[in-house]
Amino acid sequence: MDAVTTVERRSGYSELLRLISLQTGDEKHSTAAASTLDVIWVLYDRVLRLDPSNATDPERDRFLLSKGHGPMAFYAVLAARGLIEAESLAGFGEFGSRLGHHPDRNLVPGVEISSGSLGHGLPIAVGLAHGLRVQGRTGPRVFCLVGDAELDEGSNAEAIAVAARLGLDRLTAIVIDNRSSTLGWPGGIAGRFTVEGWSALTIDGRDHDAIFAGLSAEHAGTPHVVVAVVEERS
Amino acid sequence: MTETMRDRFVRTTSALLEEDPRLAVVLADISVSAFADASRRHPGRVVNVGIREQLLVSFAGGLALSGLRPIVHTYAPFLVERPFEQVKLDLGHQEVGAVLVSVGGSYDGSRMGRTHQTPEDVALIGTLPGWTIAVPGHPDETEVLLRDAAARDDRVYVRLSAIQNALARPVAPGRMRIERRGARATVIAVGPMLDPVLEATAGLDVTVLYATTVRPFDRDVLLATLAEPDIILVEPYQEGTSSAEIGRALPTVRHRLLSIGVPNVELRRYGDPEDHARAHGLDAGGIRARIAAWLTSGGTARGVA
Repeated sequence: MDAVTTVERRSGYSELLRLISLQTGDEKHSTAAASTLDVIWVLYDRVLRLDPSNATDPERDRFLLSKGHGPMAFYAVLAARGLIEAESLAGFGEFGSRLGHHPDRNLVPGVEISSGSLGHGLPIAVGLAHGLRVQGRTGPRVFCLVGDAELDEGSNAEAIAVAARLGLDRLTAIVIDNRSSTLGWPGGIAGRFTVEGWSALTIDGRDHDAIFAGLSAEHAGTPHVVVAVVEERS
Repeated sequence: MTETMRDRFVRTTSALLEEDPRLAVVLADISVSAFADASRRHPGRVVNVGIREQLLVSFAGGLALSGLRPIVHTYAPFLVERPFEQVKLDLGHQEVGAVLVSVGGSYDGSRMGRTHQTPEDVALIGTLPGWTIAVPGHPDETEVLLRDAAARDDRVYVRLSAIQNALARPVAPGRMRIERRGARATVIAVGPMLDPVLEATAGLDVTVLYATTVRPFDRDVLLATLAEPDIILVEPYQEGTSSAEIGRALPTVRHRLLSIGVPNVELRRYGDPEDHARAHGLDAGGIRARIAAWLTSGGTARGVA
């Protein structure tokens, strides 16, 4: 399955800001949405192997948005790729809407996990990647997006260690680094992963080709992390 | 040597791994040696994540999302209390199934102190929607309830204890068993409390019901057997954990309720579980004293005695 050719392109990148602007209300995480926009776009445009008309295909790649706050960019990309209707964006956060300020996998097609509380996505992704492998599903890849501040949550340390010990080479973590971690990461974020045996790349989180290259890098035998650097507190 | 519920859990789960390729076991350094053979036979389906209890539950959530049915096991405080948000979100909120199996119920770990005790576990899980909670009182019952849990798709908490009844009952998942019938009151004994309850109520004209599934609570058997609406609930964990279930079972019946269980106080003592049972009034003598005092004071739900 080739995502680039099979995903129906309803809107392009240039349409994303308009789609985001449809999601009005009192959501306070517009910066979070802005920081993730380019990575999520490249994932759905060029990387993920999934068919919007068959969102539960067991052979699909999985994308887990662990940093569930500020999901406007995520919803915009889902709409752009035809996984949800663009018309639904205007109801963002309303009682009758499926689109909450944190995504719910039971409400939104194509959303792999319900997120919002930080530090859950990567640990779930580790179990998911292992479970797929145990069942002989060696095709699907698991991508999980976290924030640099989210890495403060200790649960991520548990996941990072075990993912490497299990050699989960179908797992890729993406850290959106906008330097919002209160106490920072002395020595850099990538080193927190490589010390546990992950392969790691640090890239410009606004450069689509760099994002694609980072997410497509070979990492046989080990999980992989892409640290996508964007503007500080963007 | 007497087989424990924990022994039977390991034996049954190891057998289930052979029978059902959907099952996987996730451990956090507890009972690892007991599952060593199963781990060799089913590499990848028995995973020890180390002393990482948050990951223990989240990992299980991921396994469930991949299509497996995880059986997640460690000591009760580290399975329920420490990763409670993971239980709530990575299983419940994701709407995926799992079987959580704890050991060390209430004060099994009396010599280890408060860190290894959790009489709050069933109350905590009971606050979450969609959970079945099983509290066996014997290894044979453990196997019945565990096999039922493994065959399902939803979320089940199986609470095991080192304290067990001398004889197994032919329990049915989800149902209370009628141990004996009487007219003066109904005593509901939960799991390992059956033996002390039977001893405590010897010679009393009371119905004794035996509960090994406490969520959902079996209201039907309670309603079908209720004579005098005086109800005594005897639980091996925090006192009153299922009190609200009695109220829900009897919304239009004027009734009295005595809840007996582990008081919500911290007992800063070590010793044996029997010492703690005695200190909490959960030995047969303590239970009988409370029941006798309650039955002879304050009238009945139908009027002054």
